[in-house]
Amino acid sequence: MNEVIKTDVLIIGAGPVGLFAVFELGLLDVKAHLVDILGKVGGQCAELYPEKPIYDIPGLPVVTGQGLTDALMEQIHPFKPTFHLGEMVTTVEKIGDPLFRVKTDAGKTFEVKCVVIAAGGGSFQPKRPPIQGIEPYEDKSVFYAVRKMEDFRGKRLIVVGGGDSALDWTLNLQPLAKRLTLVHRRDEFRGAPDSVNKMRALVAAGEMDLKIGQVTGLEGSGGELAAAAVKTKDAVERVECDAMLPFFGLTMKLGPVADWGIKMEDELIPVDTATFETNIPGLFAIGDINTYAGKLKLILCGFHEASLMSQKAYHYVYPDKKLVFQYTTSSTSLQKKLGVA
Amino acid sequence: MSDVQELTERANKDAMPKITFVEHDGTVRTVEAELGSTVMETALRNDIGGIVAECGGGCTCATCLVHVDEKWFARVGPPSEEENQMLDTAFEVKETSRLSCQIKVTEELDGLVVHTPSYQGR
Repeated sequence: MNEVIKTDVLIIGAGPVGLFAVFELGLLDVKAHLVDILGKVGGQCAELYPEKPIYDIPGLPVVTGQGLTDALMEQIHPFKPTFHLGEMVTTVEKIGDPLFRVKTDAGKTFEVKCVVIAAGGGSFQPKRPPIQGIEPYEDKSVFYAVRKMEDFRGKRLIVVGGGDSALDWTLNLQPLAKRLTLVHRRDEFRGAPDSVNKMRALVAAGEMDLKIGQVTGLEGSGGELAAAAVKTKDAVERVECDAMLPFFGLTMKLGPVADWGIKMEDELIPVDTATFETNIPGLFAIGDINTYAGKLKLILCGFHEASLMSQKAYHYVYPDKKLVFQYTTSSTSLQKKLGVA
Repeated sequence: MSDVQELTERANKDAMPKITFVEHDGTVRTVEAELGSTVMETALRNDIGGIVAECGGGCTCATCLVHVDEKWFARVGPPSEEENQMLDTAFEVKETSRLSCQIKVTEELDGLVVHTPSYQGR
């Protein structure tokens, strides 16, 4: 179970830049694993704007966030990267010269020559509602995710939100709950129409409650909720409850990166622009998370950074070998790696 | 028309619209805004507090929420359905709340007053 995974490079973040780093490293025979807190690849491209057009990827006049992600996955396919999705890297510890021990919140341990932080704006985490005094209830009676449905059996639940997460959990938990109240700021829902219809049918049948408003206060003690104040158009209602599940989507937080001993400036990682290495040899930062004179937070800049990072990482992985620069257009050896020669 | 008149008129025509931001802590700042830019971009350019704009103006994150001053709301107008869906993931949303990345600066909005919230979800 706790076997150590040994590979050349661990890439933190499977957004476009992390994905392209697999390609650049792969051309140099450097193998990579990727860890991402989201359950899918593509980072912001896939999470924030899968359907939105991007116009500044060289050679692609227009591509959507999901389209770019899909194309990158096809491009890196020959290098067979291993993905560890839905996991967050919690610690990065330097144990050699260079050698790193990396741990995730899923209990995995890696030992790698180099670590590449391609974490963009940080890790996606649930948005926390600004309800005064919410902190003591979090993970006790206020939850941003459902781990075990059984935990909610026989309880009075408040689900907050109007998207698919709120609706799906409303429909899944309603049969188990003693009473379920869905709270949303307006009487329109952006979730799947089928889910909306099912929810409305339950409300019409008196099987659950729907309140149009916003949760403004919590009541309870020792982390156990007793009631929530729901501000509707005309009044503030007191809704008794044992647990609350707010679903307001995700936001990016820097997360544990700040605790790894890397020199940082305003939540960004300064790098050497020849190698994109941080102040710790063997530890690199590419894409939106790094900073240097002239830095632009563009995907295309991240691609460039990935290519230069790979040159330096190669020397850590193969300290005795000389790297000869080659073009994919003309090099048979590179084309073999890509499976086209 | 005298030269002075013409110059004055031209200067008025070229004058940039002004936007007043009232921050949550009461700080009031009036800044110039470029025509065609957005209220969000204007806020970032002028280091206005309380605007995060995580997604950079794509209407995909709801971290650039502002409360449009009531006197101005009719002129600014209500959010589109796409924007309204993002407002669902924002907090303390009022009748006059908008995402500032979706408000384009026009001559008609010269003098606009918006209030920034204490919290954008991060």
